[in-house]
Amino acid sequence: MSMAQQAEPAVTTPPAPGPKQTDGRTRERSVALRVLARPEVGVFLGAVAVFVFFLIAAPTLRDGGSMATVLYQSSTIGIMALPVALLMIGGEFDLSAGVAVVTSALTAGMLSYQLTMNVWMGVVVALVASLAVGAFNGWVLVKTGLPSFLVTLATFLVLQGVNLAVTKLVTGNVATDDISDMDGFDQAKALFASSFDVGGVEVKITVVWWLVFAALATWVLLRTKYGNWIFAVGGSQESARAVGVPVTFTKITLFMLVGFGAWFVGMHQLFSFNTVQSGEGVGQELIYIAAAVIGGCLLTGGYGSAIGPVFGAFMFGMVNQGIVFAGWNPDWFKAFLGVMLLGAVLINLYVRRAATRR
Amino acid sequence: MTSKTPAAPGTHGAVLADPAPEQDRPLVELRRAGKSYGNIRALHGVDLTVHPGRVTCVLGDNGAGKSTLIKIISGLHQHTEGEFLVDGEAVRFATPRDALARGIATVYQDLATIPLMPVWRNFFLGSEMTKGPWPVRRLDIDRMKRTADEELRNMGIVLDDLEQPIGTLSGGQRQCVAIARAVYFGARVLILDEPTAALGVKQSGVVLKYIAAARERGLGVIFITHNPHHAYMVGDHFSVLRLGTLELSAARAGITLEALTNHMAGGAELAALKHELAQVGGVDVEALPDDAGAAVKPAAPDTADRTDAAKSDAAASDSTASGTAEGKA
Repeated sequence: MSMAQQAEPAVTTPPAPGPKQTDGRTRERSVALRVLARPEVGVFLGAVAVFVFFLIAAPTLRDGGSMATVLYQSSTIGIMALPVALLMIGGEFDLSAGVAVVTSALTAGMLSYQLTMNVWMGVVVALVASLAVGAFNGWVLVKTGLPSFLVTLATFLVLQGVNLAVTKLVTGNVATDDISDMDGFDQAKALFASSFDVGGVEVKITVVWWLVFAALATWVLLRTKYGNWIFAVGGSQESARAVGVPVTFTKITLFMLVGFGAWFVGMHQLFSFNTVQSGEGVGQELIYIAAAVIGGCLLTGGYGSAIGPVFGAFMFGMVNQGIVFAGWNPDWFKAFLGVMLLGAVLINLYVRRAATRR
Repeated sequence: MTSKTPAAPGTHGAVLADPAPEQDRPLVELRRAGKSYGNIRALHGVDLTVHPGRVTCVLGDNGAGKSTLIKIISGLHQHTEGEFLVDGEAVRFATPRDALARGIATVYQDLATIPLMPVWRNFFLGSEMTKGPWPVRRLDIDRMKRTADEELRNMGIVLDDLEQPIGTLSGGQRQCVAIARAVYFGARVLILDEPTAALGVKQSGVVLKYIAAARERGLGVIFITHNPHHAYMVGDHFSVLRLGTLELSAARAGITLEALTNHMAGGAELAALKHELAQVGGVDVEALPDDAGAAVKPAAPDTADRTDAAKSDAAASDSTASGTAEGKA
C-alpha cells in the first residue's frame, strides 16, 4: 500500500544477501497483484476513463483554456481533499471542514477591514483560528473517545451558526466588506489567488499549490515517522499505542492539518473575490470526503494515499466542467458524482480483497 | 504432584537438565504479590521468579488470574499487595512504557500489529529508524528492511516479501514477528500471553520453537498458557494459578507432564464431576479414567490427554493433539 514513488525492484529484491530459502508457505505476490494493491490505482484508471469520456463527449474541453479551468476547479477541492485524506487514513473524518474554510476567510476579512489593519494581520490571525478549531476537534475527540462524526458535527453546526451571526453582527450584512484596497492585499493575492501564463494559457496558482502540497503529503505519508504513525493510528489505535506511537499527538495534528487546509482555501476565496459570503461552505465537507474516498482512502482508516485524492479531485473537476462543456444540464452533476463514488468504493473494495487474499 | 519420576522425554529435556541455580539473580520477581479491584481480590499471595535463559510457565483456567498477573508485570495495572522486583529493586510501573524501559516486553495475542501495514513497517512501528537532519528527516527504509529481515532470519522466520501487509501472514507468523520485534528492541523479559491459544497444530509448534530460540538468546520468558503440553515442552518452571492464588509452583525436575496436566485440569474437581455424572446417568463413567483427579498414582499419558481434552475448550483441544504428538516424538 505504500511506496508510491518507489520503483518496483526495491520491493522484489530480498533485502538481505545470501541464499534465498523459504519454507514454501509464503509465496511472493505477483507484480500485477502488488500494483493493484496500491490504493491509487483504481482512481487513476477511473480518472483516465472520465477524462477520455469527456474529451470525446465535449470537444470544446480539448482547448488549453478549458483544461486550465478544470484544473483550477480540481485544485480548490484537491487542496482540502489532501488533509481530509490524511485524517481519514488516520481513522477520523471532519464534517466541519467545509464551513471551516468560510470561517477562516471571514475571520481574515472582517478583522482586517474592521480594525483597518494590514491584511497580513488578518491572514495570520485566521491561520491561528483555523489551527485552533482543528486542535479543538482533535482534543475533544481524544479526550472523550467520542466518534469523530459527533464531535465534528457539533463543530460544523457551531461554525455554521457563528459564521452567519457574527458576520451580521459586525457588518450588518451577510457578506464581509470589500478589502481589495487595503494594505498588503496585492501581496496576499499574489500568493493565494494569482494566475500565471503557460504557453498562452492562464493557469491559477492554486494548481501549483495543490501539486506541491500533494507531493509534500506523499513524502510525509510514505517517508517519515509521522506518516507511519498516521497509518498506524488509523489501522489499529490500540495496537499503535501499545507499541509506543503517540496517538494523541498524531490525531490532534491531523485535525490541525485540516485546519491549515481550510485556512489556505479560505484565503484563496477571500483574495479572489475580495468579499466572503457567510453562508457558504455547507456541503463542501462531503465533497472533500468523497474525493478522498474515491481516491482510495478507506473510510475506516489505515489505508490510502495522498496521490489518490489528487486524482479524486481531478475527477470532480473534470465531471463538473465536462457536463457544462458537453452542453448538458448541470443538474446532472451530483447524480454523476454519486455514481462515481459508489463505483470507486466498489472497485477499491474488490481490489483490496483480491490483493490481500492469501 | 510430588512424584519424582524423571522428566518425560520431551524436546527440551536435554537442553536444560538442571534447575535454576539460586545464585543468579532473577530478572523479575513477585513476592506475595496480589491485586484487588475494589472488593474483588483477583490475585493473592503469588510468588514468581523469572531468570535469564529460563522459561517460566504460568498456567491456569479462565479467570484464574493469569491476565491480572501479566498486567501487573507489563505495567498496565499496579499490584495492591506484596512486592514486585525488577533486578532486585522494588518497582511500581505506571504505564507499559515504564515496563518497556526496564526491558519487559509483552506480546499480546492480537494487539501490536497493524494488519494493513507492511511487515517491515510493523516491525519498526513506534521506534522507526531515520536519517537526515530535521526538515528532511526521513525513514531509513533500506536499513529498516535489512534489519527486519536479518532479525527475522535470526529467529528462523523467512519471508519473501517484507512489503506484504502483515495481515496476510498466518497467526503463528505474526506472533513470531512480534516476538522477534520484542527481542530486537532489547527485551530481557518476554511475556507471551497465550501465544498458542488461537493457533493450529503446526503454527503452535512454530511459536514454541521461537520461545525456545528466545530462551537460547538468554531472555527470561513468561509463557502464559492453558495448555500443559505446550508448557511442558519449553518450560523450566511451572506455576499453576487457581482462583487467584498459586496452586502449584514447581521446577521442571519436580513435576511430570501427567501431574501438571492433572493440576491444570482441576484435579479433585474432576473426580467430583465424575461422581456427579455417574448419578445423572447416561454417561459411561466406567470408560472414564479411573481416579483422574488424584495425581498420587501417575495416570497413563493417554488418560491424562483425555482428561485435558475434556476440560479444555475447542481451540485448546486442537492444540492438545499437537502437544501429544510432538511430546512423544
